[in-house]
Amino acid sequence: MSFLEVTLQLLDGFWKTLYIFGITLVLALPLGLIVTFGSMSKFTPLRWLSRTFVWIIRGTPLMLQIILVFFGPGLLFNWPSLAREVAVIIAFVINYACYFSEIYRGGIESIPQGQYEAGQVLGMTKTQVFFKVVLFQVIKRIIPPIGNEIITLVKDTSLARVIAVTELVKAAQDIVGLKAIIWPIFYVGAFYLLFCGLLTILFRFIEKKLNYYRG
Amino acid sequence: MAILEVEKLHKYFGKTEVLKGIDFSMEKGTVLSIIGSSGSGKTTLLRCLNFLETPDEGKILVNGEPIFDAADNKRANEKMLRMNRLHFGLVFQSFNLFPQYTIKRNLTLAAELLEKEKGADKSKLRTYLDQKAMELLGQVGLADRAEAYPCELSGGQQQRVAIARALMLNPDILCFDEPTSALDPELTGEVLRVIKGLKSTDSTMIIVTHEMNFAKNVSDVVMFIADGMIEEMGAPEDIFDNPKSPKLKNFLANSLELNI
Repeated sequence: MSFLEVTLQLLDGFWKTLYIFGITLVLALPLGLIVTFGSMSKFTPLRWLSRTFVWIIRGTPLMLQIILVFFGPGLLFNWPSLAREVAVIIAFVINYACYFSEIYRGGIESIPQGQYEAGQVLGMTKTQVFFKVVLFQVIKRIIPPIGNEIITLVKDTSLARVIAVTELVKAAQDIVGLKAIIWPIFYVGAFYLLFCGLLTILFRFIEKKLNYYRG
Repeated sequence: MAILEVEKLHKYFGKTEVLKGIDFSMEKGTVLSIIGSSGSGKTTLLRCLNFLETPDEGKILVNGEPIFDAADNKRANEKMLRMNRLHFGLVFQSFNLFPQYTIKRNLTLAAELLEKEKGADKSKLRTYLDQKAMELLGQVGLADRAEAYPCELSGGQQQRVAIARALMLNPDILCFDEPTSALDPELTGEVLRVIKGLKSTDSTMIIVTHEMNFAKNVSDVVMFIADGMIEEMGAPEDIFDNPKSPKLKNFLANSLELNI
């Protein structure tokens, strides 16, 4: 199999990886904020519900969750099973939203009470204080852990193969198994390295941009 | 007429009674200093006036109008609370400037939000607020740092900005919560001079402070709080030179000891 043929086949897998990655990010980042509000709520039942949910999602393997989302509806309720990609994305979005929510919570709780009070005595509403004063400071503080989580997501997409979604790793393994050649495995590694490298540069750039102030 | 009247103010934290019935009034254009040992309730009193704490009993009147009454069981809605709060300005011990905004933006942000709420014309608003901010920054001697960020300023400069920020909303009464306690000794002077400068503009001020000499010089009235009650209140000469209550005598003796 020629280098070009392998490249084309791997690119197919890479698009799928990119697709899972992109959609997960776009949906899980805002959903995480909603989970955060739940787990920081003053309404105790909601807080407990959110925190229990986060505990279950973070306390069980993502691979297990993917299998459950794909097979669960059919085997438990006799529903038609979901498309493989949809099942993968549902599992990923829920899983990453929970991780993001804890990062957000840490960020929000790290902002000194004095910032809220200063906003309040200046006549701002609670919403204004959150969006005009606190949020930007939270974003600055959570960029490093969020970057970490996003880089993990790039590599976690390879779990999709557990329900036979042909993402990058499966695409490579198929070639290895079929043609008995090993180099596509290294080639795939390079794909990941390059992608994560770009993300690292992007995050370093954002951090630098936000570093115009301290505190 | 009194600009501020406080009647029978009580505040509990759990079972601890922090304020045990505070009664006083003050006149427009006067400076009231509140002294007392830590834990006596002076900061809590100030926070109650700014609605950062809700008193459990008592009334607060500004210009004769009740703005808070604990007996009134229908709680003030957020909008009313916000508007009542604007009678007071508060300068914090730890400045609490917004670190992501320039000094000028720290001053204009809240004012802009309030004016927009009232439906002010946007284009003129910016120019007007910028001008006002620059005037106030000039008054605290920091006009040249308008475009700097808080982290680039010394503690004393940050506190002066915080004072200008509080003045931006033209509060009836400006409160200071130990404004120099977080500062290095050599930086307290510049902040105290700014506060003293405000006195000459007829501002009404309440100052919680540990700076006894400053309190003596700048105040029209001094209040000594001990264990959540006003132990003694009067002209600075009386409080500092002729203290009557044993608690105040004791407090002053200890404070002066620190001035060795």
